[in-house]
Amino acid sequence: MSLRAEVEVPAVLQEPTQGLALAVEGVDLRFGGIRALRGVSFSAEPGKITAVIGPNGAGKTSVFNAISGFYRPAAGRITLGGEDITSMPIHARAKRGIARTFQNIALFHGLSVLENIKLGGHHTMRAGLLSAMVYSRSTRDEEVALRAEVERKVIDFLEIDHIRHLPVGVLPYGMQKRVELARALAMQPQVLLLDEPVAGMNREETEDMARFILDVQEEWGVTVLLVEHDMGMVMDISSKVVVLNFGEVIASGTPDVVRRHPEVIRAYLGTEGADPA
Amino acid sequence: MRTGICHETFASEERLWPVAATRVWMLILAICLFSLPLWGGDYVLAMTCIVGIHIVATLGLNITTGNTGLISLSHGAFLGVGCYTVAWLAHRGVPFYVALPAAGLLTALIGVVVGLPSLRVKGVYLAIATLAAHFILTFVFREWDAVTGGVPGTTIPRASIGNFTFVGDRRNFYLIYGCAFLLAIAARNLARTYIGRAFVAVRDRDISAEILGVNLLQTKLQAFAIGAFYAGVAGGLLGYFYGAITPEYFVLTLSVFYLAAVIVGGLGTVLGSVLGAVFMTFVPEALRLAVNASSHWFPSVAALLLPMGQAVFGLLIIVFLVFEPHGLAAIWSRVRRVIHLWPFRT
Ligand SMILES: Nc1ncnc2c1ncn2[C@@H]1O[C@H](COP(=O)(O)OP(=O)(O)OP(=O)(O)O)[C@@H](O)[C@H]1O
Ligand SMILES: [Mg+2]
Repeated sequence: MSLRAEVEVPAVLQEPTQGLALAVEGVDLRFGGIRALRGVSFSAEPGKITAVIGPNGAGKTSVFNAISGFYRPAAGRITLGGEDITSMPIHARAKRGIARTFQNIALFHGLSVLENIKLGGHHTMRAGLLSAMVYSRSTRDEEVALRAEVERKVIDFLEIDHIRHLPVGVLPYGMQKRVELARALAMQPQVLLLDEPVAGMNREETEDMARFILDVQEEWGVTVLLVEHDMGMVMDISSKVVVLNFGEVIASGTPDVVRRHPEVIRAYLGTEGADPA
Repeated sequence: MRTGICHETFASEERLWPVAATRVWMLILAICLFSLPLWGGDYVLAMTCIVGIHIVATLGLNITTGNTGLISLSHGAFLGVGCYTVAWLAHRGVPFYVALPAAGLLTALIGVVVGLPSLRVKGVYLAIATLAAHFILTFVFREWDAVTGGVPGTTIPRASIGNFTFVGDRRNFYLIYGCAFLLAIAARNLARTYIGRAFVAVRDRDISAEILGVNLLQTKLQAFAIGAFYAGVAGGLLGYFYGAITPEYFVLTLSVFYLAAVIVGGLGTVLGSVLGAVFMTFVPEALRLAVNASSHWFPSVAALLLPMGQAVFGLLIIVFLVFEPHGLAAIWSRVRRVIHLWPFRT
């Protein structure tokens, strides 16, 4: 199956920079009595797509929240390119190159598509308050450069130029998911966390999204960590799959290894032993 | 019908008023407004001055509450801080072009302190925290005689530059609208930079804003500081305009008035601040005139209706929240679309 499209790639995107490695080491997370994560360890290799799968409530989103910094692990640590980020403030992680989309779309409804995407570039902006209020030359140059960058690298790439001036609220669900990906890409991330990027999408939208994710990984060299229930897509595009169940990693490895793993089969399909793909 | 807007560069699209026709209209509007002292009557001029001061204050609250979603009930008291700062400085011979920015900056500083709870609480709880700040500030206004003159009030020397003194409504008009114009442009500029976008992001979804690298602490305090800065300048202008002030002016109703102006005008837009301030000044005024006119024939009705001015603010807030949450600015943009598409209908 070929998801690759024959698109012309701008020169700047042709030398992939290698994304950073992300490692989760022995992370424990508790909510009152619930142990949402128990000693979870895995790593996402630089520039590769790693999928995290598991039944509902297994703790997939919780892992993402720990990596983003919303939850502080009770034990263990998280490293990005070797640097410990376990207790780094949430907003500081954007500068280190962590970008993310949410399981339930989290766009800004008071802003247009373009403004939403521009916010991805927020952490690169430098203009001072006074300079912004008088819209000084340096502010203008910075804003225009951001606009050009976002247009060239993200809006053209994701084929959303026709909707750029619309308010996000009027877009259909699949488009909103794409805009959220656009916003994450505008951050120029090293690591991209995607929480169920194709949930609720039809076949065609799913294939588009899968193609975009592959393109991002190949052309931008970004490390991708993907949570997804669509097994067809997971097995197609990931180079490594980590399986969570009740907050524990029960298997990890290449799609082929994981799909035949007896514990995975049991967790997913009861006892029948069918192929989860 | 207006058609065919086309931009060839991103820079041209990022301009303040990207469409040429809008720039022409803004110019005509500016000429009409700034020539008002030449042809306007005394009453119109006095009211226009007050509207101008309200516009400045509303622009500020619209940044804190409209854009960033941080409800503040201490905005009226912030005007007091600005007003007394100007009074104190003016008595020491500081010229207005230093005193007004200084009043803005000091009020911004107090705004940051008042805004500190916003890091922890939202919505109604923040409203209550800022309400408390309002009472503390007005208590200080009444008690700190040395600066505020206590309950009997204080005078404020007129603003002057060289031999020119801003005395009377005609001259104050230019001082007020000069400031209002600059501060309105500043608010518009802010809205089209990353700082303005971060404000709206924090209002709409603070968690995803944080993921994008928006520092919530810094952004919320910035929104409070800017809002308070505008209020401080508005308060200073108020002082120069009236020449004397008592703490009674800075009652809670003033804060509610600005909140109403923001909601009625339209959350988060400069146009909304202007429309809201104009509308909220003229509605109670129209009501007062109507009651006065009818008092000849129905004296008892007048006695009953006069205190209703404040109830009108509340009623307007509710009516707009229910029927047009985007305020007069949204109504205006619908009207504009109809005009642009004329003679076609959507
Ligand atoms: N903020 C929270 N407070 C309390 N419990 C929580 C919280 N967040 C998650 N949990 C619990 O942690 C467990 C893991 O939840 P999580 O959302 O990570 O699952 P998931 O694997 O993403 O599931 P899904 O596939 O349904 O998205 C669940 O039992 C959930 O109820
Ligand atoms: Mg989840």
